[in-house]
Amino acid sequence: MSVLVYIENWDGKLKKISFELASYATKLAESLQLPVTAISLGKVDETELGKLGNYGISKVMSDNNELYKTLDNRAIAIALAEAAAKSNASIVVMANNNLGKAVSPRLAVRMKAGLVSAVQGLPVSTEPFVVKKMVFTSKAFAHIEVKSVNKVLTLAPNSFQLIEKTVETVVEAFDAGLSAADFVTNIEATNKVTGKILLQDAEIVVSGGRGMKAAENWGQLEDLAEILGAGTACSRPVSDEGWRPHAEHVGQTGKIIAPNLYFAFGISGAIQHLGGVSSSKVIVAVNKDPEAPIFEAADYGIVGDVFKVLPQFIEAAKELKS
Amino acid sequence: MKILVLIGNVPDTTTKIKFNADNTAFDASGVQWIINPWDELALTRAMELKEAHAGKIDSIVVANVGRAITEGTLRKALAVGADEAIRIDADPLDAFYVARQLAEVAKDYELVLAGIEAADYNGAAVGGMLAELLDRKSVSAVSGIDIDNDALKISREIDGGSQTLKMDLPLLAVVQKGIAKEPRIPAMRGIMMARKKPLNVIAPVEAEALTAYNSFELPAPKAACKMIDEEQAAEVIRLLHEEAKVL
Ligand SMILES: Cc1cc2nc3c(=O)[nH]c(=O)nc-3n(C[C@H](O)[C@H](O)[C@H](O)COP(=O)(O)OP(=O)(O)OC[C@H]3O[C@@H](n4cnc5c(N)ncnc54)[C@H](O)[C@@H]3O)c2cc1C
Ligand SMILES: Nc1ncnc2c1ncn2[C@@H]1O[C@H](COP(=O)(O)O)[C@@H](O)[C@H]1O
Repeated sequence: MSVLVYIENWDGKLKKISFELASYATKLAESLQLPVTAISLGKVDETELGKLGNYGISKVMSDNNELYKTLDNRAIAIALAEAAAKSNASIVVMANNNLGKAVSPRLAVRMKAGLVSAVQGLPVSTEPFVVKKMVFTSKAFAHIEVKSVNKVLTLAPNSFQLIEKTVETVVEAFDAGLSAADFVTNIEATNKVTGKILLQDAEIVVSGGRGMKAAENWGQLEDLAEILGAGTACSRPVSDEGWRPHAEHVGQTGKIIAPNLYFAFGISGAIQHLGGVSSSKVIVAVNKDPEAPIFEAADYGIVGDVFKVLPQFIEAAKELKS
Repeated sequence: MKILVLIGNVPDTTTKIKFNADNTAFDASGVQWIINPWDELALTRAMELKEAHAGKIDSIVVANVGRAITEGTLRKALAVGADEAIRIDADPLDAFYVARQLAEVAKDYELVLAGIEAADYNGAAVGGMLAELLDRKSVSAVSGIDIDNDALKISREIDGGSQTLKMDLPLLAVVQKGIAKEPRIPAMRGIMMARKKPLNVIAPVEAEALTAYNSFELPAPKAACKMIDEEQAAEVIRLLHEEAKVL
C-alpha cells in the first residue's frame, strides 16, 4: 500500500498548494509507514516536477496528455484512479480547491473510498483512521472516521506548513490510457486572472465591506494589498452590488479562506461573513462602530474611519517593506 | 427536459451551534431549518430557466434524503415553484450513502443540480459522487447556466479564473454563488399551492456509509481584541510585524 498525492499545475508551473500537499503527503506516509508517490497530469517539465524533491517526494508519475488542461472532472478522476491502482495507493490526497472539490468525490466513488474534504492537519489517529475537519462553516470541528480501506482526502489550502526534506526525485512517464473521446468538457472561453495573487493562495488578505462605500474607493485597498503581496476579498453585499467580482466574496456563501493575516475594512462581521474567515491566524478589523461584531473575532482592532486608517497603514507598510 | 434539484436541509445560517453532552451529535433542539443556500439558488435558477424557455422544461423536481423533519424545507421548495418533491426516508449517514440513494431517482432527469456544499457538514461531495454513480458528465463550481438550443451554456470558476463551456445533456452541475442573483422567496399563492403538490416519500435502498462523525468540538474562545487608537494606526503594522510576526 502507499499514499498518492495529486500535484496540480497551472500552465506547467506547480502551485503553492502543491508544495503544501507534498509536505503533507510525505508526513502522512511517514506516520503510516508507507511510501509516497506523486501524480502529475498535463505538460509539466522535469525540472519543475523535481522541485517536489525539496518536500520529500522521490517518485513522480507524469502523464503528459495535453487534454488534462480542459479540467474534465470525469477524465481526471479516471486518471487518478488508474494512477492509484498502478502505485497500489490506498490513500489519495489532493487540494481542497475548485478542481479538488470537483474531482475528489468522483474519484472516491471509483475507488470505493471514504472522502473527507478540507482536512486540517495530519490524522488524529491512524488506527482507526480519524481526521479533523471544520464543519458548520467554521463554527465547529468534527473528528471523522474513515471506515473504508481506501481513502480520499482534500487538504484545505494554507492549513499545513511546508516541511523541507530534500530527496532525489525520479520522474516516471505514466499513461492513464485516456483518448480524446474521454474529454467532454467543451471550453468556449477562458478568463485568466493574471498578475494577481489568487485569493485561495494568499497568505495575507485585504478585504473590504459596505463601509468602503463605493467601488471607486478600492484603490487604497489594492495599494495596501500590493505592498504586502496580499490577495483582495470582500463581503457579500459588496460583490452583490458589483463593486467587486464574485470570486472575491468570502463567507458562508462565498469562499472559505484561512490566511495568516486578514484585514477587514468596513465589515460588520456578520456570522455568515465570519464563517469564511474565522480560521485566519490573525484578524485586523477597522470599523467606526465600536459594537461591530467583527471586533469579537479580531485580534487587533481600530474603532475609526477606514479612510483615515488606510493611508496610515499604507505608509507604515511601505516603510516596513523598504 | 426534466430538472432535478437536490435539496439539503440545514440549520439557519445564524444558528448557534451546540452538541449533545458527550459531543457526539449535533443538538438540533430549537433549530430553524432552511434550504441549503446554494440549493435555494439552484432552484431559483431552474425556475428562471423554465420561465425563460417556455416549453423546453417539463418539470422541476426536488429531492432530499432525510427523515420527516425535512418536509418543511421540501414544502418551501414547492412553494418557491418546484412541481414535485421526493423524500427518501433515511438518515443521511454520509455523502456516499446519500449519493447512493439519490442515484436511484436521478437517472431519469437530463439535468441534475447540486450545491457545492451543504452548510452543515461542508462535505462538498454529494454532487460529484452522484455524477460518478450515474456515470454522467459533471461540471463543478458552476456560476452561470443557460439553455442554448439543445445544449447548455455554463460558466464555471476555475482556480485562477473562469470559463464558459458548452455542454450536452445529460449533465450534473454542481452550482455555487452567481448561479442566481437572489433566492426566490415563496409568495402567498405559492405557499397555498404547495400544499396540493405531491411530496412522495420513498424507501431507501441498501447502502453503506464509508465515514462516520465520531465527535465534535467548538473552536477555542478567542483572546480579547487589542484596541489601537485611530490616530496611532501605524502601530498596528508594527505589532503585526513584531508581536504577531505575520508581516
Ligand atoms: C444565507 C446567508 C448567507 C450569507 N453569506 C454571506 C457571506 O458568504 N459573506 C458575507 O460577507 N455575508 C454573507 N451574508 C450577509 C451577512 O449577513 C451580512 O449582511 C454581510 O456580511 C454584511 O456585509 P458588510 O459587513 O460589508 O456590510 P454592513 O453590515 O452594512 O457593515 C458595514 C460596516 O462598515 C462600517 N462602516 C461604515 N462606514 C465606515 C467607515 N467610513 N469607516 C469604518 N467603518 C465603516 C459600519 O459600522 C458597519 O459595521 C449572508 C446572509 C445570509 C442570510
Ligand atoms: N441529504 C441530502 N438530500 C439531498 N441532497 C443533498 C443531501 N445532502 C447534500 N445534498 C446535496 O449535495 C450538495 C453538497 O452537499 P455535501 O456534499 O453534503 O456538502 C448540497 O448542496 C445538496 O445539493
